[in-house]
Amino acid sequence: MSLRSPLSQARGLGSAKDGVHHWWMQRLTALALIPLSLWFVFSIARYHLADYSTMILWLHNPYVAIALVLYFTALFYHSALGVQVVIEDYVAGEALKLGSIVLMKLAHFALAAASIFAVLKIAFGA
Amino acid sequence: MAQLTLPKNSKIDKAAGKTFKAPAGAKNVRAFKIYRYDPDTQANPRVDTYEVDMDACGPMVLDALIKIKNEIDSTLTFRRSCREGICGSCAMNIDGTNTLACLHACGDVKGDVKIYPLPHMPVVKDLVPDLTHFYAQYASIEPWLKTDTPPPTRERLQSEEDRAKLDGLYECILCACCSTSCPSYWWNGDRYLGPAILMAAYRWLVDSRDEATGERLDQLEDPFKLYRCHTILNCSRTCPKGLNPAKAIAETKKMLVERRG
Repeated sequence: MSLRSPLSQARGLGSAKDGVHHWWMQRLTALALIPLSLWFVFSIARYHLADYSTMILWLHNPYVAIALVLYFTALFYHSALGVQVVIEDYVAGEALKLGSIVLMKLAHFALAAASIFAVLKIAFGA
Repeated sequence: MAQLTLPKNSKIDKAAGKTFKAPAGAKNVRAFKIYRYDPDTQANPRVDTYEVDMDACGPMVLDALIKIKNEIDSTLTFRRSCREGICGSCAMNIDGTNTLACLHACGDVKGDVKIYPLPHMPVVKDLVPDLTHFYAQYASIEPWLKTDTPPPTRERLQSEEDRAKLDGLYECILCACCSTSCPSYWWNGDRYLGPAILMAAYRWLVDSRDEATGERLDQLEDPFKLYRCHTILNCSRTCPKGLNPAKAIAETKKMLVERRG
């Protein structure tokens, strides 16, 4: 039972004056993912029986490499934004919430870096 | 903070429910299953069953509740005032949907009429939820006209088109049906303002006479106060006045995008 007035509790720490950027980027990345995901799924469907050298040749195409880098950037950015919302919605306790968000973001950065590095390594490789 | 299960002392004790039989000779009987909680006893909540002779009862759920309180069990506690959908007092969960008991016809319910208090709110007694925080959140958005221009000597003028922008917003009676139907409000109601309060905030954002639009947007731009809305749309579906809080929230988000260019 708190002795703080109801208005004080409702106001809390005030507005973070932040959130529109998160919301807007989630929309923009979603928009970018529509053509990128379609292209990615169609490409994988087309090449899923291809042998190793065909795949390497495909990834050497600069347009394919660029599209893949864009796809992974948009994908992991969008995923990080979305998972952050899920954590904020459901994780109780400020410390656990903040810790989960930090870990989640670092994991997304690492996955994005690894994916993009893999694409570039093949694209620039012999 | 998400609380996904009920605390032990809020779980319904299924064995404790009492049944009040209809008077002998009643032909048109309906059962009302009503959530009961008495803070003065240590007992868990229970669901009581009241059999009501509908031939001697008005058509609305509120008529039945008043009949039960007057004639069957005077301990049944609920809020009501206007009995015509303008005060918002008798908001409760009827047949699985938040609505006003005075506007909901018993005939529109199939089977037993199940009545619970508004979901996920602290219960004061029976069907009376504690709306203190809800009202404090309403006060926090400062729901009054704010101007810096000195008051004119006559009315503040507003064009018909600008006045029309308030239609669908000003009719809200703050019954809390929408906010208490919103999962985001259930999990994070301590910080999320909820649909009712956000629609009230938007009512002042689009008022052409108000001069504090920017400050109002500043106050709303917050991951929790505003952006917990994930367009679930329970609010617009449940509103007993047929209003659309989800649209007001979407328009507020659009205004925030617009002002950052």
